[in-house]
Amino acid sequence: MSPAIDISGVTQRYGTLTALDNVCFQVERGEMFGLIGPDGSGKSTLYRILATLLAPDSGTATVCGLDTVKDYSELRTVIGYMPEKFSLYQDLSVSENLKFFASLFGVSVKENYDIIAPVFAQLERFPNRRAGALSGGMKQKLALSCALIHRPEILLLDEPTTGVDAVSRSEFWDMLSTLREKGITILVSTSYMDEANRCERIALIDKGKILRVNTPDGLVTGLDENLYNASSSSMFELLTKLRQLPEVEDCYTFGATLHVVGRKGFNPVAVRDRLRYEGLSDVEVYPAKGDIEDLFIKLTR
Amino acid sequence: MSIFRSLVKKEALHIVRDTRTMVITLLMPIVLLLLFGFAISTEVNDVRVVAVVDQHTDETRDILQRLRVNEYFTFQGLCSPEDVYELLRSGKTDAALFLKTDQGVLKSQIIVDASNTNTAQTATAYIRGLIGGRSAKSPVLTSTLYNPQLKSAYNFVPGILGMIFILICAIMTSVSIVREKETGTMSLLLVSPVKPQTIILGKLVPYFLLSCVILAVMLLMAYTVLDLPFSASAISVIVVSLLYIILSLSIGLMVSTIVDTQLTALIVSAVMFMLPVIMLSGMIFPVDNMPVVLQWISNIIPARWYIEAMRKLMVQQLDFSYILKDVLILSVMTIVLLASSIAKFKSSTK
Repeated sequence: MSPAIDISGVTQRYGTLTALDNVCFQVERGEMFGLIGPDGSGKSTLYRILATLLAPDSGTATVCGLDTVKDYSELRTVIGYMPEKFSLYQDLSVSENLKFFASLFGVSVKENYDIIAPVFAQLERFPNRRAGALSGGMKQKLALSCALIHRPEILLLDEPTTGVDAVSRSEFWDMLSTLREKGITILVSTSYMDEANRCERIALIDKGKILRVNTPDGLVTGLDENLYNASSSSMFELLTKLRQLPEVEDCYTFGATLHVVGRKGFNPVAVRDRLRYEGLSDVEVYPAKGDIEDLFIKLTR
Repeated sequence: MSIFRSLVKKEALHIVRDTRTMVITLLMPIVLLLLFGFAISTEVNDVRVVAVVDQHTDETRDILQRLRVNEYFTFQGLCSPEDVYELLRSGKTDAALFLKTDQGVLKSQIIVDASNTNTAQTATAYIRGLIGGRSAKSPVLTSTLYNPQLKSAYNFVPGILGMIFILICAIMTSVSIVREKETGTMSLLLVSPVKPQTIILGKLVPYFLLSCVILAVMLLMAYTVLDLPFSASAISVIVVSLLYIILSLSIGLMVSTIVDTQLTALIVSAVMFMLPVIMLSGMIFPVDNMPVVLQWISNIIPARWYIEAMRKLMVQQLDFSYILKDVLILSVMTIVLLASSIAKFKSSTK
């Protein structure tokens, strides 16, 4: 059986800008696959290609064995696409939106209600509210329901959690897990690194290039080796000083502390003592646990 | 078919739910018709006239009598030649008629305040008509065909129709399609198995129906309130108007395939289509009076041909054979626009 999504050598240019540069990866059936990268890294372009809205300049992409260019009309029935902005009709009510998208695919809301039930449950209470009057989290759920109503085999979710509060975001990922258990393959993109761990496998993308493809754990193994936290009451001074040290490869702010990537032979105690001697009396340097963000910074430097 | 029905239903909901636009769309044609039909009129009523007569004869008395009874004039009486300029300058009168009898022959002179050229020309023509045929050796008999009372409503109704349909069809349709592009719902429509032509049709049909309703209201008003003569040509009026509505819809579709935001759609439709309709179509300013270059440009403005055809049908009451040329030009424009915009829409989706 062909993989759910197979992208090989896809390149897309807009004028002189290369939005996608020889992108290759595969998504297995039933997998929850994350596409992680900052804004403008080419995620949405890749989605538009997979959703048959755009033909790539070169390379091919297949979804469920169907080519996005040649078999586009057949392909459109097996995918559920949710674009970056929650594309809903703001002046139509919740149920009108849902019914409309169901009718586009020639299905009825009733016959496919079971598939959207876990997502739509919270919206059931106000079927007559205009979509424009919903909160961000509710809009997101309605948009997902609309993308799901025709029982797609593959869900293409382009930054579904952008502009949504933290509680709704977490709820949303729980719903995606439920959908995955029902056998739906999910390709989800996000610019929030902390959401990467909710996926089974992820691809890191930056400036149109795929940097790594692996499981979240696989990506961060070996990262901790020379990674340290550094903190002081005078963070900026600490940052400048650390960056000048020969044994420091990289140093960047990470939440409330600094992350220091040491070269071979980096001795945290020696560095701490030296900085304290130089006047930063409250410096602490201790081992840190690396995550995807550290990897991303490492790969893009 | 049910997909198409739900597309149309959805679009109809958009139209109905946008109450403000809805009210404007329905009220504007009526207000415009009433405004142009009654308030903004180019007919000249109550021209104030004074007369200077050096010698009263039967002839001059007859002319003055006719001035008095004519409803288009307000005869202000006789005055001396010295006062005439002061009266004109102070705006107390619009025109002065000098009647001089020289050796039994009546000579006349009209002095008119031409600060408003339109009033001046019409007033002069009225007065000339009034004294003409009496004194001239070879009397000129003028008979105004089709619109003997020179009612401006006759002139404006076709123009307003031409403007309204561009407004509703071109502007509203293009804005509504571009709005879907802007909000991203167009991507969802295109990603669905629905064919692009079905999507387009689902967009156009509701506006077509809305235009038909407005056409019905406007024609009803034209034939009743504005007293346009009703005859068999009304059927041709409807046929040509439907053609023009379809043409305007294609313009809207064309605009929507070119621009990306609602604002530009609005500006492009207004500047590129609305303004020419008002300025160059002959609705207000006669095409023949324009500089040659503008006359050429007016040839490509659909409203010009529509308005021309409508005048022939509604005012002149001519039958269909007289508007074949206009209908042909409109048809060709429709086919070209519709075909190219559908092709462009399709290519933009794939």
